[in-house]
Amino acid sequence: MSEHLLNTVLQIADDHLILGHRVSEWCGHAPMLEEDLSMPNMALDLIGQARSLYTYVAQLEGKGRTEDDFAYLRGDREYRNCLLVERNNEDFAHTVLRQLYFAAFMKPFWEAMHTCSDETLVNISHKAVKEIAYHVRHCGEWVIRLGDGTAISAERMHDAVLALHPYTAELFEIDNNRQQCINSGLFPDSQALQPAWTSTINQIFTQAKLAVPRDEYPQTGGRKGLHTEDFGILLSQLQYMQRAYPGASW
Amino acid sequence: MTNESGMPLWEVFIRPRAGLHHKHVGSLHASDSTMAVQAARDVYTRREEGDSIWVVASADIHASDPARSAENFDPASDKVYRHPSFYDIPDEVGHM
Repeated sequence: MSEHLLNTVLQIADDHLILGHRVSEWCGHAPMLEEDLSMPNMALDLIGQARSLYTYVAQLEGKGRTEDDFAYLRGDREYRNCLLVERNNEDFAHTVLRQLYFAAFMKPFWEAMHTCSDETLVNISHKAVKEIAYHVRHCGEWVIRLGDGTAISAERMHDAVLALHPYTAELFEIDNNRQQCINSGLFPDSQALQPAWTSTINQIFTQAKLAVPRDEYPQTGGRKGLHTEDFGILLSQLQYMQRAYPGASW
Repeated sequence: MTNESGMPLWEVFIRPRAGLHHKHVGSLHASDSTMAVQAARDVYTRREEGDSIWVVASADIHASDPARSAENFDPASDKVYRHPSFYDIPDEVGHM
């Protein structure tokens, strides 16, 4: 059982690290000072959650590895994050939409985790749900204002929806490891969270005057370690210090 | 009082904890009051500075004219009797 749990916790740990890294790329580059603080705030929430999850993965594995070993010293095929979180920032529309898609899934996920049976994950869920609820609110408000904003902002928001929507199906994917965890009451059933996610997205899209596309060609593979080209570039930046100066610390 | 993207300026007030006053902490740009409260949360409460936020459109604040400081404020300077410092406070009252 611990093998299934380890692999499944690793999936969500990787989701949080990779998205946290992506969002952190805005630090010093955001379109306005206010968002230059908001983006790193969200990135730090995600990386904090990733740290707790990697620490638990290391404990489940019991081979003396640490959170840093998981974050910095694996090859690309060993990361199990969904593809959505590794997509490039592109522009502010893509960034806030990607964050909304992910947070709208994680909020009901952590809420459902409150009643699961793994004490460590339940504890993480109580901290994480408050952080992610703000991400839904903040990014949702941006999607509304950009979608129902100027002609340029509406076009960019529309382009972001077309580019990113095919990556949302993977959030609800259940592989054998996760299925075992769901059966044992350790993890929420991802597919049961779909109505909550859809309702959040529909409500925001209606206000944003955006249409929800049909999922005709869902893009998946991240859970099997099959990533997009951009992921290699992301990892080379994320891992550079530990690869160039092994064991370096503050 | 707008930035280059046309967003208006807002003044931010933070209350450190229940029972205390909201205090002016600074200003920021945001498209509307909802976004201003969120930006205030992100900019001014990252280190547990408070538990309540007010924002006011800077354009809605009406200020005294600095050119009239002398006529506004100088006349108060020689009226010490306006300070209630001439009363004997009984010891039992303690600090007031």
